[in-house]
Amino acid sequence: MRITCPICGERDRREFYYQGAASMLDRPDPDADGQVWSDYLHLRDNPAGLTRELWYHEAGCGAWLIVERNTVTHEIIGTELVEAADAD
Amino acid sequence: MRFSGLKVLKEGLTGNKGWTPHWRDPEPKDAYDIIIIGGGGHGLATAFYLAKEHGLTNIAVLEKGYLGGGNVGRNTTIVRANYGLPGNSEFYSHSLKLWEGMEQELNYNVMHSQRGIINLFHSDGQRDAAARRGNAMVNQGDDAILLDREGVRRMLPYLDFDTARFPIYGGLYHPRGGTARHDAVAWGYARGADMRGVDLIQNCEVTGIDIEGGRVTGVQTTRGAIRAKKVGIVVAGRSSQVAAMAGMRLPIESHVLQAFVTEGLKPVIDHVVTFGMGHFYISQSDKGGLVFGGDLDFYASYAARGNLPMQEHVMEAAMTLMPMIGKAKLLRSWGGIMDMSPDGSPIIDKTGIEGLYLNCGWCYGGFKAVPGSGFSFAHLIAQDRPHDPAAGFRLDRFETGRGLMDEEGTGAQHNLH
Ligand SMILES: Cc1cc2nc3c(=O)[nH]c(=O)nc-3n(C[C@H](O)[C@H](O)[C@H](O)COP(=O)(O)OP(=O)(O)OC[C@H]3O[C@@H](n4cnc5c(N)ncnc54)[C@H](O)[C@@H]3O)c2cc1C
Ligand SMILES: [Zn+2]
Repeated sequence: MRITCPICGERDRREFYYQGAASMLDRPDPDADGQVWSDYLHLRDNPAGLTRELWYHEAGCGAWLIVERNTVTHEIIGTELVEAADAD
Repeated sequence: MRFSGLKVLKEGLTGNKGWTPHWRDPEPKDAYDIIIIGGGGHGLATAFYLAKEHGLTNIAVLEKGYLGGGNVGRNTTIVRANYGLPGNSEFYSHSLKLWEGMEQELNYNVMHSQRGIINLFHSDGQRDAAARRGNAMVNQGDDAILLDREGVRRMLPYLDFDTARFPIYGGLYHPRGGTARHDAVAWGYARGADMRGVDLIQNCEVTGIDIEGGRVTGVQTTRGAIRAKKVGIVVAGRSSQVAAMAGMRLPIESHVLQAFVTEGLKPVIDHVVTFGMGHFYISQSDKGGLVFGGDLDFYASYAARGNLPMQEHVMEAAMTLMPMIGKAKLLRSWGGIMDMSPDGSPIIDKTGIEGLYLNCGWCYGGFKAVPGSGFSFAHLIAQDRPHDPAAGFRLDRFETGRGLMDEEGTGAQHNLH
């Protein structure tokens, strides 16, 4: 599996650290209900098919990426920087 | 048909013409008292114990493929009771006791072999952790022996003791741990359930769960709708999809775990051995193949095959621990889909929907749990209250924080357990 970092280009999967579903970016309000926080931390859509995930280019530029990927075929559909996605 | 030494002898002398199918292949009925979704080890054992322990037999097990085609037939067959935390300890202890009586209980040869497991350690810190775990095992009433380096050398002389990058300090020896023939476990429970009247329905994928007024009323399948008073979900790596049919979102992420087997060799590895400084563990099957594996590929996956980086890591770890393994030829590798939970421990619980029960989150350690999980899940479904040894496997522990069982202390990230 190879992942294209928007900054460094196409690299071996081993340069990247997998964090989990990109829903981790939708952090609840600090005052949100305990249930909301628990759901955020533990529950996952866990789709069989297309998914959006957080990967970290650990052995490269150190950027956090959103990787769109197929969990059934391991195909990588696209990558973008979290920073860019988060800007708005 | 009962299996016995006499029967084998008789069949051997008369052309093996008297063997019959081990279970029926029934058409699904319109309605059952209980439907179990998933014909893996846990689903089949649940059906067996519902019939045997609770006298409930109007039951169907619905399996989308063939019985035993999932993880129960893909694992590396290690059976042990060496957990360290309350909740897990009593459960796996109970499960191991069921293993020890399984062949008699099922009248089926599952080739359960208590050859002993040795978890190697390679530093002072790891030795302390092993001693602590060993004490927890002994306190639970199970067996554990702390071996020093010479103790390990006497049992496993083929390891590299002299030039290894990570010297072997010793090992935690669990004599009652071992292996079993995984397929036979599925077949044995299937046959036992079928004999007691349970319908095992293959090629029957559940595509919907019917709920009326907060109560489950049946399921939709590729072979039609089937009504039921109670439904148990036991589908391992597919838990999120099936639970979603009932509107639930689970604390599960599915990951691929790989395993490997070499060509058949003469007996060389007598125990189960695990490496402490990388992802590698090994045993030798009765056919002679070296069966070994490592860790997850670490990214979410529903492909029952993995990628090369973990394969390379596993081979490297094997070579540093036992250089002799380099002479063996690798025959096959494969993968299975693991239902990873946020604390690495399983869930056996009711759901918010009346009559709907959930059994999942076994991560990569659910083979040893097959009898215990089936026994406890059957108890929950039949009596609507948890079975003591599995009472800690609550779904709400992630929300309350009470009773989390994070054996490795890695936090709530699913793939780190
Ligand atoms: C490579 C590997 C090594 C492992 N090693 C070990 C080990 O050494 N020791 C250990 O204790 N554990 C081990 N495990 C883990 C263990 O195999 C699993 O935790 C356990 O088998 C899961 O429970 P099961 O047997 O019920 O699952 P499965 O056999 O996967 O059963 C689930 C069944 O549900 C069916 N299903 C799914 N969706 C539907 C649907 N919609 N309708 C109908 N049926 C459906 C599937 O087809 C499947 O047959 C390993 C796993 C793997 C992959
Ligand atoms: Zn980069």
